[in-house]
Amino acid sequence: MKKILQVSIWRGGADGVYQVFEVPAQASQTVLDVVTWVQRHADATLAYRFSCRVGMCGSCAMMVNGIPRWTCRSHVAKVSKGGTLKLAPLANLPVIKDLTVDMSRFFEKWKRAEARFYPSASRKDDVMSVSPGTSGRIDADAAIECINCGVCYAACDTVKWDSDYLGPAALNRAWTLVNDERDAAGAKRLQAVANRGGCYTCHSHQSCQIHCPKALNPTRSIAGLKRAALAVR
Amino acid sequence: MMLVRQTHLLWWAALVHRVSGLVLAIFLPIHFLVLGLAIEGDVVLDQALIWSERLPVKFAEIGLVFLLVVHLAGGLRVLVLEALAWHDWQKTLAGAAIGFSALIALLFGLRVF
Repeated sequence: MKKILQVSIWRGGADGVYQVFEVPAQASQTVLDVVTWVQRHADATLAYRFSCRVGMCGSCAMMVNGIPRWTCRSHVAKVSKGGTLKLAPLANLPVIKDLTVDMSRFFEKWKRAEARFYPSASRKDDVMSVSPGTSGRIDADAAIECINCGVCYAACDTVKWDSDYLGPAALNRAWTLVNDERDAAGAKRLQAVANRGGCYTCHSHQSCQIHCPKALNPTRSIAGLKRAALAVR
Repeated sequence: MMLVRQTHLLWWAALVHRVSGLVLAIFLPIHFLVLGLAIEGDVVLDQALIWSERLPVKFAEIGLVFLLVVHLAGGLRVLVLEALAWHDWQKTLAGAAIGFSALIALLFGLRVF
């Protein structure tokens, strides 16, 4: 007899409820496979996000048994509890419907953190040579692979307590730019991350580091910002 | 909204640091109140200190010593994490802080009994 997974999925908006679905278990099945099966075979109205299915786009993150995860790379065999799954929209973000959240607040905070590149040269200049061996480039490279999935933002206690806090992802991105020798924002960005809700709001619980699917360490980046931003305080 | 299930050691280290700080904040006024009795004379102070000979109070003192040391060690851990260059042995540091605190509390307990 084929094994059946018991899958509870959040339905509705902020005041929604869990709905249980029975999903056939498959070999090498991911959590995203499970959600897709539900939408295609049980309830076509189920709302969720995905795109690349290979851990690059960062759009399929959700809460899986209380842990924020990228669902396309989370195998059911590793994350389910005795054949059960409880799926909910990412924590710390407003629910739109079912498993989709409104990410606008998340990306607004990237803007507030000046987490964008300010060029120091124009197209008329020669391409700048950047040595991969400098300490700044090594620090930037260690934090650069963020896919904006929001897992760290959902895992963060400080985001939950203080809605003004910029969060691990925006600050991590700011840190890569602080260490980018081609970037011209300098003190402007450090001032932005040192303001209220910035890097000094972080309590260093390190949940972002524990849960990041790309094995990045935003706590390390934020600690770097705390030291660097002292110069503009 | 689903609550995040936090189970990692570094989160527990942060929680212990915070809770120990709160308990110590509650304890300190009581501590100073007892010390303040010395102003009223040695007899008054000794009457209060008789309390410390009771078994539950002795256990509570051991707990307080643990909380004091774990709060100090936890604070040093955060300072190392945030003020110095990053090292990937934070879990070891958190474990060492808790282990060191338990050891000091044990030594204090041996002296009390």
